[in-house]
Amino acid sequence: MSLQFIVDGLLAGSMIGLGAIGVTLTYSILRFSNFAHGDFMAWGAYATLVCVGAIGALFGKVAPIAPLSFGWPLILGLIVGMAFTALLALLLDKLLFSRLRRQEQAIIVVMGSFGASMALRSLLEFVFTSRPTYFSRAIQIAMPVGLGIRITPDQIALLFLTAALVLGVHLLTTRTQTGRSMQAMSQNPALARIAGIDVAGVVRVTWVIGAALACVAGVMIGVLVQIRPLMGFDMLLPMFAAAILGGIGSIPGAVVGGLIIGLAEAGAVQLIGAEWRAAVSFIILMAVLIVRPIGLFGVRER
Amino acid sequence: MIDLVGYGAFFLTTALIFSLITLGLNLQWGLTGLFNVGLAGFVAIGAYTSALLTTPDDPARLGGLGLPIVVGCLGAMVVGGLAAALTGFATLRLRSDYLAITTFGVAVVVQLVALNAQTLTGGPFGIGFIPRPFGGLAETPLLFNLTNLAIVLAVTLAAYLALEHLAHSPWGRVLKALREDERAAVSLGKSARFYRVQAFAVGGAIMALAGALQAHFIGFIAPDNYLSILTFQVWVMLIVGGSGSNAGAVAGSVLVWAIWAGSGALTSVLFAPEQQARAASLQIVAIGVMLCVILLVRPNGLFGQRPRQVRFGKKAKVIAGESGS
Repeated sequence: MSLQFIVDGLLAGSMIGLGAIGVTLTYSILRFSNFAHGDFMAWGAYATLVCVGAIGALFGKVAPIAPLSFGWPLILGLIVGMAFTALLALLLDKLLFSRLRRQEQAIIVVMGSFGASMALRSLLEFVFTSRPTYFSRAIQIAMPVGLGIRITPDQIALLFLTAALVLGVHLLTTRTQTGRSMQAMSQNPALARIAGIDVAGVVRVTWVIGAALACVAGVMIGVLVQIRPLMGFDMLLPMFAAAILGGIGSIPGAVVGGLIIGLAEAGAVQLIGAEWRAAVSFIILMAVLIVRPIGLFGVRER
Repeated sequence: MIDLVGYGAFFLTTALIFSLITLGLNLQWGLTGLFNVGLAGFVAIGAYTSALLTTPDDPARLGGLGLPIVVGCLGAMVVGGLAAALTGFATLRLRSDYLAITTFGVAVVVQLVALNAQTLTGGPFGIGFIPRPFGGLAETPLLFNLTNLAIVLAVTLAAYLALEHLAHSPWGRVLKALREDERAAVSLGKSARFYRVQAFAVGGAIMALAGALQAHFIGFIAPDNYLSILTFQVWVMLIVGGSGSNAGAVAGSVLVWAIWAGSGALTSVLFAPEQQARAASLQIVAIGVMLCVILLVRPNGLFGQRPRQVRFGKKAKVIAGESGS
C-alpha cells in the first residue's frame, strides 16, 4: 500500500473538516443539522468562479503565481466568494430559518433546510447546468517528497490555508468575547440570554463563519477536483460524520473528525476501490453513534 | 378518449404508489415524529429485493429466483422493515437529528450498492424483465393499465385501512402519547424506544412494498429512480397533505404528483429539447420553495394535525436564535 493515501487523505480531510466546522457550529448554537450546508460549498465555489471569470474579462489573462496553478484573481475571487456565501447564509436565515426556529420545533428547521438545499442545488443546475467546470485546466506536476509520496504546489498551499483558517477560528472562538458568547449560547441559551448576550449577533457570526469556511472548502474542491452543482451535496454525509465523530460543538473535534474520515476514505480508495468511498463515512458514523455518541471531544449534554 | 383513460389510469397508478410511500412516512413522521430523510433508500431496498426474488434466472448476476410476485412483495416488506428496524435501533436513543443524518446515510449507501454491486443489482443499468402482474394483458394497454391500477388501488386501500386501524388502536395511541408528551407516556410504563423502533420498521416495510409494486408495475428498475429527489417529493406530498392524517397523505400525494406531472408536461411543451434538463431543475426549485413556504405559512397542511412536540432522546431542546423561553 503506497503512502500516497496520507496526502490524499489530508486534503480530503481538510475539505471535510472545514465544512464540518460550519455543521458543528450550526448544530451546537442554532440547534439543528443544516442539510443546506453542503450547498453553501457549491454556491461559494460558483461565486468564486464567476468572480474569477469577471476579473479575467476585465484584466485579460493573469499569469499564475510561480509554482501554483492560480494567480491573484482566484485569491480575490475566494474572498468575494466567502463574503457572498456568508450573505447567502444570512439571507436564508432571515427568510427561512429564523422564522422556522420561532415555531419551536427543531425538526421543522431541519426539514426546511432540506427543502432549501434541494432548491439551492437545482438553482445552480439551472444557471450553470450540471456539466463540471474547472478553475484551471493546467496540469500540475506532482513533486516527489520521499517515501513514494507526491504532492503538488497547489496541494501544499491549500493545506497551509486550511491550517491557518482552523487556527484562526479556534482563536476566535476561545480567545475573544464573541467566541465566549458563542460557547455560552451553545451551553445554555436561556442563561446566555439572561446574562445579556446579544443572541442575534451570535447567530449572525455563526452563519458567517460556517458559510465562509464552506466557501473555502468548495473552492478547494474546485481547485483540486472539479466544480459541479452536486459537489456540496456529496460532501454532506462526510461532514455530518466528521462533526459527530469529533463531538458536536467542538471545532478541533470537527477538524480531527474530518481528517480521520478523509484518511479513512483515501485508505479505502486504495484498498477497496474508489466507488465505495462514500460508504466509509457511513460506517464511521454508525460506529460512533453506537459506541460513543458524544464523539471524541464532545461533552455530555446537560 | 381511450388514450385519455389509459393515461389517467397510468397517472393514478403512479400517484397511488407515491401515496403508499407517503402513508409509510406518515406513520413514521406524522404519527410518531421520526424524521426520515433517506426514504428513497428504503423504497429502493424494496424494489431490488422483490426484483431479485421474482426475476427469471440471469447468469450475469446473483439471484433471479423466479418466485411469484406476491412472495417478492412480502420479501421486500420483510427486508425493508428489517433495515428500518436496524436504523431505528441504532439511533432512536439519541437526539432526533441523528436519526435524520443516519437515514440520509442509508440512502447514500443503498445508492452506492445499487450502482456498484453489479453482481447483485446490475449496476447502473439496473434490472430488467421484472415480471408484471397480468403481463399477458400487455397487448391491450388499456386493460393492462386498468388491472394495474386496480391492484395498486387495492393495496393502497388495504394499507390505508390498516394504518387507520393502527392509529386508533392502543398501539397507535401509545405512539401519539409519546409524540405529545414523552415523559407522561414513559411514566405509564411505555418503552419509548421500543415503540418507536416498531413504528419506524412498519413505515419502512410499507415504503419497501411501494418500491416493489412500482418495480412490478414498470418492469424495470435502475439506481436513478431512487435519488434524493424521490425523498424530497414524498416529503412535499406529506407536508402538503398534512402530516398526521392518512387521508391527507393520499390527497397530498395525488395533488403534488398532478402538479409535478403537469408542470413537467408544460416544460416539455414550452422549452426546446436542449433546454429541458435546465427547465426540469427549475421545476425542483419551485417545489423546494413550495415546501419552505408551506412550512412557514401553513405547517398543518391541508388536512393535518401537526405533532405539537417532537422531543426524545436526550433533551432535544429547541431554544435557539430569537425563540427563547
